[in-house]
Amino acid sequence: MTEVSVAKEDVAATGELVVLKSVNKHFGALHVLQDIDLTIARGEVVVVIGPSGSGKSTLCRTINRLETIDSGTITIDGKPLPQEGRELARLRADVGMVFQSFNLFAHKTVLENVMLGQIKVRKTDKKQAEEKARSLLDRVGVATQADKYPAQLSGGQQQRVAIARALAMDPKVMLFDEPTSALDPEMINEVLEVMQQLARDGMTMIVVTHEMGFARSAANRVVFMADGRIVEEAVPGQFFSNPRSDRAKDFLSKILHH
Amino acid sequence: MNVLLDHLAEFREGFIGTVLLTLASGLLAMVLGVIVAGFRVSPVPPLRLLGTVWVTLFRNTPLTLLFLVAWFVVPVIFVPGLSPWTKALLALGFYTSSFVCEAIRSGINTVPVGQAEAARSLGMTFTQTLRMIVLPQATRTVIPPLSSIFIALTKNSAIAGAFSVTELFGVQKLLSDQGFAIAWIFLWVALGYLVITFSISGLFRLLERRLGVAR
Repeated sequence: MTEVSVAKEDVAATGELVVLKSVNKHFGALHVLQDIDLTIARGEVVVVIGPSGSGKSTLCRTINRLETIDSGTITIDGKPLPQEGRELARLRADVGMVFQSFNLFAHKTVLENVMLGQIKVRKTDKKQAEEKARSLLDRVGVATQADKYPAQLSGGQQQRVAIARALAMDPKVMLFDEPTSALDPEMINEVLEVMQQLARDGMTMIVVTHEMGFARSAANRVVFMADGRIVEEAVPGQFFSNPRSDRAKDFLSKILHH
Repeated sequence: MNVLLDHLAEFREGFIGTVLLTLASGLLAMVLGVIVAGFRVSPVPPLRLLGTVWVTLFRNTPLTLLFLVAWFVVPVIFVPGLSPWTKALLALGFYTSSFVCEAIRSGINTVPVGQAEAARSLGMTFTQTLRMIVLPQATRTVIPPLSSIFIALTKNSAIAGAFSVTELFGVQKLLSDQGFAIAWIFLWVALGYLVITFSISGLFRLLERRLGVAR
């Protein structure tokens, strides 16, 4: 592990919330993340796109250390990611994560899913936690499903509950790892609408997705990844109408023309 | 028939002895098994090693040998003055805990990794994740193998009889030494075991039906 820590102290002062510096990661012989430098400002919505296998999901998962990195540094709100343990757990509580496969707790009701983190991690009292859970479920439009188990809900509903569960922790930043990729087409929009609302409310978001429509309308910045590298970063308008790199042009021509 | 009626007190005492020893060592094995299973899936390498050593040691040692160790080594090296019953409890409990551990670990492995990842992402610690998210969902898968393990434990407790602990199988030696027809004695002893093992499998079948997790 080589620590590349450049001017850590001035990070907290500025509006930089998530900073990745020279991040490298290997899966065996595969170099999935190659010298990734990425800075996400407070309130910014960054959409990460790219062909499959480009490392974008891995990048997303390194930010709350579900994947460890081989070298480089990741800081969140000025604090470098600690080793596995209580301190990391505390930091993860501030980073909301939404998964492709929802991962709602199968043995708990929808309401319990949204309450659990508040009670066990934030030590909120039960009544307050329930109140907050219900209002969040209402906000994502699944208030009537509160007492059901995840398996009784549609994919779109489950994913909205998963968003509510993450929001219940009052996260500083939300990570979305292909949140709509496991959904039937007619359910994608209900999830994207919730995410769009969240973006409008000023949440800092890092979204790995294949939804170009969402990238166009909600993103402040598009990060295009290919083969473990960030190939291009631009505002959505510029990226979609006039991509600079050939790799991005090629990618966009494949997904936009049918 | 007469053997049973004339020596009901001995049979009863033996039966209760077996039930108590099975219950106590079963409980000890459950507690240890869960803890060691936690060690085996822990992110901390020394704990993982400890778990592996525990399972390797107790699963691969013949139970009779563990009894001999409990009787002749433990008092000398560790704690002297344990009653035979306690020593039998330790030998049976430790031995069975290694099997319980592996059954629970296989159950843990059937819970999708995403469940633990979601829990960790919320800021839950490893212990919280295991206790509140993973183990409750592993329970159902673990119940059929646990049922077999506890039935085996019931029968294994017979070894304690050879070490002068009062239990059902020991009654057989006591009475056959007095010259009673051995076939009848064995029949009643076997029925006694059957009552216990059938109760265990019935109980676990009930649990299995109660503990479904829908996905």
